[in-house]
Amino acid sequence: MPRTGRDVVFVDGVRTPFGKAGPKGIYHETRADDLVIKCIRELLRRNPDLDPARIDEVAVAATTQIGDQGLTLGRTAGILAGLPTTVPGFSVDRMCAGAMTAVTTTAGGIAFGAYDVVVAGGVEHMGRHPMGEGVDPNPRFVSEKLVDESAMFMGMTAENLHDRFPQLTKARADEFAVRSQEKAAKAYANGRIQQDLVPIAVRRTNAEAGETGWGLATADEPMRPGTTLEQLAGLKTPFRPHGRVTAGNAAGLNDGATASLLAAEDVAQELGLPVKMRLVSYAFAGVEPEVMGIGPIPATEKALAKAGLSISDIGLFEINEAFAVQVLSLLDHYGIADDDPRVNQYGGAIAYGHPLASSGVRLMTQLARQFEEQPHVRYGITTMCVGFGMGGTVIWENPHFDGNGSAK
Amino acid sequence: MSSTTDLLKGAAERFPDEVVTQAQVRHIELPGAGRFALITLDNGFDHTKPTTFGPQSLANLDAAIDQVEKEAAEGTITGVGITGKPFIYAVGADLKGVEVLRTRDEALTIGKSGHDVFKRLQTLAVPTFAYYNGAAMGGGVEVGLHCTYRTVSASVPAFSLPEVFLGLVPGWGGCVLLPNLIGADRAVGVIIENSLNQNRQLKGAQVYELGIADALFEAADFLEQSLAWTAAVLKGELEVVRPEVDRGEGWDQAVARGRAIADSKVHGAAPAAYRALDIVAAAKNGDLRHGFDAEDAALADLIMGGELRSGIYAFNLVQKRGKRPVGAPDKALARPVSKVGVVGAGLMASQLALLFARRLEVPVVLTDIDQERIDKGVGYVHGEIDKLLAKGRVGQDKANRLKSLVSGHLDKATAFGDADFVIEAVFEELGVKQQVFAELEAVVRPDAILATNTSSLSVSEMAAKLEHPERVVGFHFFNPVAVLPLLEIVRGERTDDPSLATAFAVAKKLKKTAVLVKDAPAFVVNRILTRFMGEIQNVIDEGTPVAVAEQAVEPLGLPMSPLVLLELVGPAIGLHVSETLHRAFPDRFTVSENLAAVVKAGKRGFYVYDSGKPELDPEVAALLKQGDTVLTEAQVRDRVLDAVAQEIGLMLDEGVVAEAQDIDLCLITGAGWPFHLGGITPYLDREGVSQRVNGKPFLAPGVASVPA
Repeated sequence: MPRTGRDVVFVDGVRTPFGKAGPKGIYHETRADDLVIKCIRELLRRNPDLDPARIDEVAVAATTQIGDQGLTLGRTAGILAGLPTTVPGFSVDRMCAGAMTAVTTTAGGIAFGAYDVVVAGGVEHMGRHPMGEGVDPNPRFVSEKLVDESAMFMGMTAENLHDRFPQLTKARADEFAVRSQEKAAKAYANGRIQQDLVPIAVRRTNAEAGETGWGLATADEPMRPGTTLEQLAGLKTPFRPHGRVTAGNAAGLNDGATASLLAAEDVAQELGLPVKMRLVSYAFAGVEPEVMGIGPIPATEKALAKAGLSISDIGLFEINEAFAVQVLSLLDHYGIADDDPRVNQYGGAIAYGHPLASSGVRLMTQLARQFEEQPHVRYGITTMCVGFGMGGTVIWENPHFDGNGSAK
Repeated sequence: MSSTTDLLKGAAERFPDEVVTQAQVRHIELPGAGRFALITLDNGFDHTKPTTFGPQSLANLDAAIDQVEKEAAEGTITGVGITGKPFIYAVGADLKGVEVLRTRDEALTIGKSGHDVFKRLQTLAVPTFAYYNGAAMGGGVEVGLHCTYRTVSASVPAFSLPEVFLGLVPGWGGCVLLPNLIGADRAVGVIIENSLNQNRQLKGAQVYELGIADALFEAADFLEQSLAWTAAVLKGELEVVRPEVDRGEGWDQAVARGRAIADSKVHGAAPAAYRALDIVAAAKNGDLRHGFDAEDAALADLIMGGELRSGIYAFNLVQKRGKRPVGAPDKALARPVSKVGVVGAGLMASQLALLFARRLEVPVVLTDIDQERIDKGVGYVHGEIDKLLAKGRVGQDKANRLKSLVSGHLDKATAFGDADFVIEAVFEELGVKQQVFAELEAVVRPDAILATNTSSLSVSEMAAKLEHPERVVGFHFFNPVAVLPLLEIVRGERTDDPSLATAFAVAKKLKKTAVLVKDAPAFVVNRILTRFMGEIQNVIDEGTPVAVAEQAVEPLGLPMSPLVLLELVGPAIGLHVSETLHRAFPDRFTVSENLAAVVKAGKRGFYVYDSGKPELDPEVAALLKQGDTVLTEAQVRDRVLDAVAQEIGLMLDEGVVAEAQDIDLCLITGAGWPFHLGGITPYLDREGVSQRVNGKPFLAPGVASVPA
């Protein structure tokens, strides 16, 4: 049977405001599944032309698939969101790249012809499910020295990255972090972020955490606008004495969810759905788990090769800021300046937070908004590092591209 | 509002056990619409303990309003919202707080302070919004009615103004605000019609359709959407338009309709509905202040009246005692019931089979003397299941399942060999029933429960000749089985605890109100009804006109007159039960010759309905042989009530049930006797009948009356 691949488009993406994990965080008394459900409902509200019965799959990622993140979240969240029972769903796990993998996997299904329209997203409530909850690593990892123990702790892998690339100093990481906060504050001031946030009703019964009763989360809780280098210089380095990685130049522990709507391009046209981005290629790659932060480099190499593009064709970068050093390692590899204006224009996870499996779609949603603003850009990438030594990269084309100027 | 504060402080001291609701004020940023104060009503428990308003709770809300009032005046907030904890908005006044009130002044305080707190929501410098997120009743509904706008969740399962059902009026603004919001006719539907129809509840969508709420949102993100809607209203992007209320003739017609409903339900015997309608009628002019004063006065009067106290007592009986039967053995002793047998395939047996199949969802097998009867019985059940399917009460899969559960068999050994519970519904004669049980014992397991649906025969005698009499229980349903909740569970002399526990466990699964009764003639409901009817029949036989005898008990507000009830039961069955009771208690239970003549003539009742109203059937009139003693209505009433009081006193002395409360619970759930009578003993007490007949009241002061 002859097959023709179909073009896949990113129709829309939304997310909850991200919260700080822990007893005083905005989502401490909010279920993880409720976060993702509300994103799915918002997608449907924003795209009233889409008959929910046309959705062929709901893929929802979570790293810790226990409790309110368990029970095949893609299916249960679909039911709870009010999708018809005919719409199936499944759960995805690739740690930090969970939502990204939900997108790429279902996109592959669309290209293959198995799906017309899908919902792909992710959630991580790191307050309810701290990193490492319930894990049971095989003792062979240690006994056979398959990986160094530091590979289990993401902060240690970031310190390892500083070791590997001595030119990536703490100073450069801190400067990058300050810029991330500045850019995020500016994006907020310009209203670039809020338009894709889903306000979440949040209950609080613990008076120590603030006013009790129902509230409304409308903005990212982790942001620290006005952060200075001096403030960052004084922070502790929790992963190593006299280390380089601090709470200031890394993403925190966060709660949040994202969801996106993807479709075959012809179906999007048929249904009158907007096209915000067109998928060009994607790739995942493995690296040594001890330096998982360099994962985006081989992933990007692979994705570019598949697309027949070079790094110079890429006009916008959305790189997940799990750690500043990990972003810098990618930029250095390609000879891109630390403060290149094409990179993370709205700031990144250092400011907004990084609820593990949800973040991939945040990158895409932000890139889509940047495409809309910058029709002279043709290609952009979303990329992120992944625990246990992986990276993932998705290359997108700007449907608003007007052909003017350089191909960037 | 210091005067309210002081009043509430005093009231709170009177009610130290209040489950206190906090009114938590939290500030939020409404996208594009500024800083907003959201009040959450929360008593700190989960949804199984719904949020209520006692005096301290009202004081807490008052304090929260102090705060937001100040902020509104200062211009630091753009609006105020009120919502509830998950699944519950608020379910109104705490009834326990009403029970403790001893004086009219105390009662007036509760009404007045509720108004004083709630109505402040109308006069803030910013708009107010109620978000009905979950169950809302009474004062919970009313606090929202004082707000400028309302939204409701599509998943609200219960929304009502149940005050009239209990014997109150919606007195924190409901009677005045609701008709002014949605029109008098719809308000009468909520306040009167729903209340008097077994406290019918509205669902979220109906709350919106009636115009009580301005917007309806699905539960999944109800609060988020309500707040987004609020922001749109505050920004002026959305204008709320409500239909004009008919303040002309429509209003008066609505009130008249309400009075007709009240008359048909309580026959003027309970004041609450009429007081509520008076206020609704007066609210036509839109004068809130006058209306609120009228609500306060009505509340105070009703709280000091016996009907309300009886109503609360009755409500608690049904809600609490009815769910935890007094005297039932430890439920851990109950044996599982995974197959049920029904002896007989007549109408009663078929109804039982349907009930068991629907509620227990286990195989139910009918037997009878020939295949034709069995086929008819099983056919009846299958037909009823088809009706449920057609009405959408069950789906196709469930209908298939239920039908496959119900079967019939001629051979009792095949039918009942592996049954855990076999109930007989055969002819009401001791010898027949003994024979049935003997046959059953030969084929069932030794621990299978043998239950009898007898209405008047001795369970102990039925069991007497069995090898295992300890597994015999009485399981007395009331007709129509699907409607009346009562199930009298009869403990025979030798019934053991595991069998009894199994019977109670089955009753619970059947969703019946089980009451433990001793093996005494006709048990509870039939004994009291028969004595009651017997006395009516006696005065007729002695010479009082039928109409006078019937009218004599109208002030009680019973669901139907005695002779209409007799018609429903069937004169032949009525006669049969009176004969049984006459044998047991010849001094007090007579067998009416006139009734016997009516039965012998094959009449189904005393009345004909040719004119649309019941009129004495001339053929029956011709049969009646009356004496020449003509009593007045008052004399008849005294005689009938004296008889009932005497009979209940004797039943309690005999230990037929544990307490008078069980008698009342039986009468409410098995005979439909009204809440405002509290069943009957609160009424007998407050009318002085108990004192006159038995020298003492049935209930201690305060149980169903104003506490001393």
